[in-house]
Order: sequence, then structure tokens, then C-alpha cells
Amino acid sequence: MINKSAHELHSLLSSKRVSSLELTEAVFARIDQVEDKVKAYITLTKEEALRQARAADARLKAGNNITPLTGLPVAVKDNMCTQGVLTTCGSKILNNYLPPYDATIVAGLKSAGAVIIGKANMDEFAMGSSTENSALYPTRNPWDLTTVPGGSSGGSAAAVAADEAVLALGSDTGGSIRQPAAFCGVVGMKPTYGRVSRFGLVAFASSLDQIGPLTKDVTDAALILGQIAGADPKDATSADRPVPDFMAHLETGLKGKRIGVIRELDLNQCNKEVAQCFEANLALLREEGAEIVELSIANIPHAIATYYVIAPCEASSNLGRYDGIRYGLRAENTHNLQEVYEESREQGFGPEVKLRILLGTFALSAGYYDAYYLKAQQVQNRIRAQYQAAFAQVDAIASPVSPTTAFKLGEKMDDPLQMYLSDAFTIPANLAGIPGISVPAGFGANNLPIGLQLLGKHFDEARLLGIARGFERALNLSLPNLAI
Amino acid sequence: MRIDVEHVAKLARLGLTDEEKKLFGPQLSAILGYAENLNQLSTGNVLPTSHAIPIKNVLREDKVIPCANVDDIMANAPDEADHMFRVPRIVE
Repeated sequence: MINKSAHELHSLLSSKRVSSLELTEAVFARIDQVEDKVKAYITLTKEEALRQARAADARLKAGNNITPLTGLPVAVKDNMCTQGVLTTCGSKILNNYLPPYDATIVAGLKSAGAVIIGKANMDEFAMGSSTENSALYPTRNPWDLTTVPGGSSGGSAAAVAADEAVLALGSDTGGSIRQPAAFCGVVGMKPTYGRVSRFGLVAFASSLDQIGPLTKDVTDAALILGQIAGADPKDATSADRPVPDFMAHLETGLKGKRIGVIRELDLNQCNKEVAQCFEANLALLREEGAEIVELSIANIPHAIATYYVIAPCEASSNLGRYDGIRYGLRAENTHNLQEVYEESREQGFGPEVKLRILLGTFALSAGYYDAYYLKAQQVQNRIRAQYQAAFAQVDAIASPVSPTTAFKLGEKMDDPLQMYLSDAFTIPANLAGIPGISVPAGFGANNLPIGLQLLGKHFDEARLLGIARGFERALNLSLPNLAI
Repeated sequence: MRIDVEHVAKLARLGLTDEEKKLFGPQLSAILGYAENLNQLSTGNVLPTSHAIPIKNVLREDKVIPCANVDDIMANAPDEADHMFRVPRIVE
């Protein structure tokens, strides 16, 4: 039962063929069985989860106030604040942090009657593409335990892939939902910037961060997005826009849809199997009646450089709050305030976080601001405008999610720039603020999953989900067995 | 480009081990060298983006909202006394 999708389980729960307690206990039994190998979680909240499951069962029994999430086991990425439950962000500097409040998204899950299984592992402060930057331990890919699950939402993706949760929440600043979803063979969606409240999401790069679902299928992603989207008075950047019924256009098919392929996207950087899979995916879209349209996003080749200026600049500012004064780790045996700051941060942050703080601090420092930050913001504006123009011609834009399948643990840890370059296909959506979804699209050598990325225009998730669902249904991918 | 890692670390109030100082120099140079590709683009009068979505001021009434969880907030303090954060002496 635990390998079923959320919408299947929702109908089993609503028709009382399964109880939330049974389901939750089954998920924890699965966790007992595989978590030692996968390490998807930082914290498990079993007792509280069982209590939430019983409460959900009471709600289901009474038959009122039932939502699509009621009774469903959910994993929450460890950068979303959970009141009284350890929230580490994968960092030593927050290794004892008990948030005094719930993130809006967590409060929403609770009031919808979801069952929170635990807090999922991640790259420290969501900086990374492999979950190896977690200060606790790396998560492993359930398809091949010698490979990474992707990142930074690697724990969330691995938990869903390994049936350690029915669905999960992640956050995506440059691909951190979509890339791990692709590596782990699940669906991952980054909604439009502002579609989901970020209140209580630990900030990495505030103008790029967005929360979204990782699920077993596209229908689940639509279902969950409907539950988590909407304006929030506590997040001034959340979009004050009506939330449409994301399920309404889910089964409209691909006939007549116009799917763009970006001319400047260099597919030569892809592994052969990823490139072949993408070609086959395009052929399938054509067969289903979609029209493939070549289009131009001229500044795509500059997206990575733009991102790796803007994101570290914002991070260096956002992470200034970790100073050892009000919460988190404080270095001992210091003599003055300066030492408290410097030594707490030295001991609390891992190497990648330090590197990005230095990058951002440098790029924002006197004499360099115009050459780096201002320039990057100008290029960002161009990229955004180019996408906007492209969406006048097409309904969605397709590409691979990542140039490779899951790579080996340790393979890219010595060379940050190489790790950054692997984000080439996912970063532009964050710069443009547009929604994107990663859908399982095939398997490469050693049964490692490959994803197809589809991007849509601002606030057009309903159409994007319909196209993703059309692709998913046409492909009808059968999954090989997991390695665990 | 050569980066004065120690100077930047000081600006960031970030202590580094000797090993990190050696490691980060070349890594920063490589990444910033890559970022310099942007300077090949002429961006003339293009406005810088601050947000990819139009963002406007969100105003609300200036109203006091009770904060009921002061104890929970202070429980996270590394060093606390009477609902205050204690730090090393800052004035001699």
C-alpha cells in the first residue's frame, strides 16, 4: 500500500478501506527496513505522526473537513520550521534549533490533516546538488546506493522514491526540487515564484527560493499544489492571486499543444543516454499531437554565471543572522563579540556554505558591486524577458532536467564549479521566476532514472501540469525494482 | 583574478582555518573567473531585476500582535538571562 500515489491512497482513506494509522505504521515499518541504507531523514517524529494519524482517522470517520491531504504521510525538508521539532537546515550551526513557530506551509499541512513523518535531509542551507553537503550525513539514491539522490532536496526525493513517505515538500532555488526528483525517479515541481508562502522557510536566496511538492505522479503534484498555494500575509512576496483548480486541466491531453525547445541549450553537454532519452521524449510528444517549436533564449549560456553571482550575494546577506547570539551554535571561550561571530560561524558552517558566503561578500563589496551583482541582475532581466517572449509562442518549454543521471558519491565534491555547471537546465526557471516540473522520462544504464523538465509561464501551473500529465500518461513508464 | 580571502572573510565575520584559506582562494578565483563571462555582454540600459515577478509594497495596519511564545524563543538562546541575550562585554 505504501507505494501507492497520494490520490489513490486518498480514495482508500475516504472510503475507509485503509486507516491513516495503518498507513502511517506501514510507512514507519518501511523506514525501519530501509532508512539505514538511504538516510533520507534527519529527524523522525513517529510519536507525533501516530497522534496526527489518529486525529486524521477521527476526521475521516466524522466525514467532515476532509482534504486531499488528510491522513497522508508527508516528509518535510529540514529547512521548513516545525514548532518544537528540530530544524537543522542540514547545518551544524542549527543543530539544536527548535523553532518557536510553524512555517505557513507546515501549519497548512497540519490543518489539512496531513501526517508529518519527519524532517528530510538536505544540503546545508540548500546549497548543493547532491545532499553530500549535509553536515549530518549524505543521503543515498534508492536506485543505486553508491550514487547521490541529487540535491538539495535529496532527502525529500529519496523518501518518496523509497516509499518512506507518500509525498514530500522540498524547496528549489536553482533546481533543488527538480534535479533530485529526476535522479530519484519521482515528480518534482517548482511553482511560480510567490505561488507558495515562504514564511518559515529558512532563506537561502530569497528572490529565487520557492517551495514545492515531490510526489509519485503528476496528479499528486497538482493535488498538493492546490493545497499549499496562495497568498500569505506573513510573506509579502507571496502572490495575491486566485489559486485555480490545478486538477481541472489535468487530462486535456497533448493534442495541439506547442512545446518549445531552446536552440541555445547545449545538449552536447548531456550524457548520451540522457540526450537519447530526450529525443525519444520529443518524438513521443509529437506522436501525441504536440507541435515541437524551436525557439531562442539568447542568454541561456549566461544563466549559470548569473545565478552563481545572485544566489551567493543573497545568501551572504541572509546568512548574516547566524552569529551565535540569539539561537544556534555559539563558540565557546571567546573574548569579545567579534570572536563570537567569527568563531561561531567558523565552527557552524560547512565548506560549501563558507565558500558561497565569501563569494557573495566579495561580489557585493565596494568596487565590485557593479561588475558582478548589478551586471548579473541586468542579465537576469534579459533572461526573464526572453522567456516571456518565448511563452507568447508556446505552451511549455522542454529540456532534460540534468545533463547526467545520478552521479557517484564523492565524484564532484572537490570541484564546486563542476557541481554548479550540472545545474545548467534548472537554473533559468528560478532566474525567470517561472514554474517548472520534472517528470520521470526513462531509465539509463544501471536502472538510473532520467527526468524530462517542462517549464511554463508565470502562474500557468494548471496548463503546465496538464502537459506533464499528458506526457506521463503517454509514456506510461514502468519502473524497475529499487536497489533496496 | 587573485582574491584576498582573509580580507573577504573579515568582511563576512567568518573565521577560516588555514586549510580553508588555501582551499578557497583558487575555488573563488575559478568561480569568479567564470562569472566574468557576463562582462562580455553589453547590457547598456537594461534595468536590473530585483524580483522576477512584479513585487509591490504590501501594507497593513500597524497593530500590536501578542507574542505568546517568548519562552520558546529564549529557549534557543545560547546564553540567556531574564529573557535577554547575554553577550561578551562590548564596552570597556
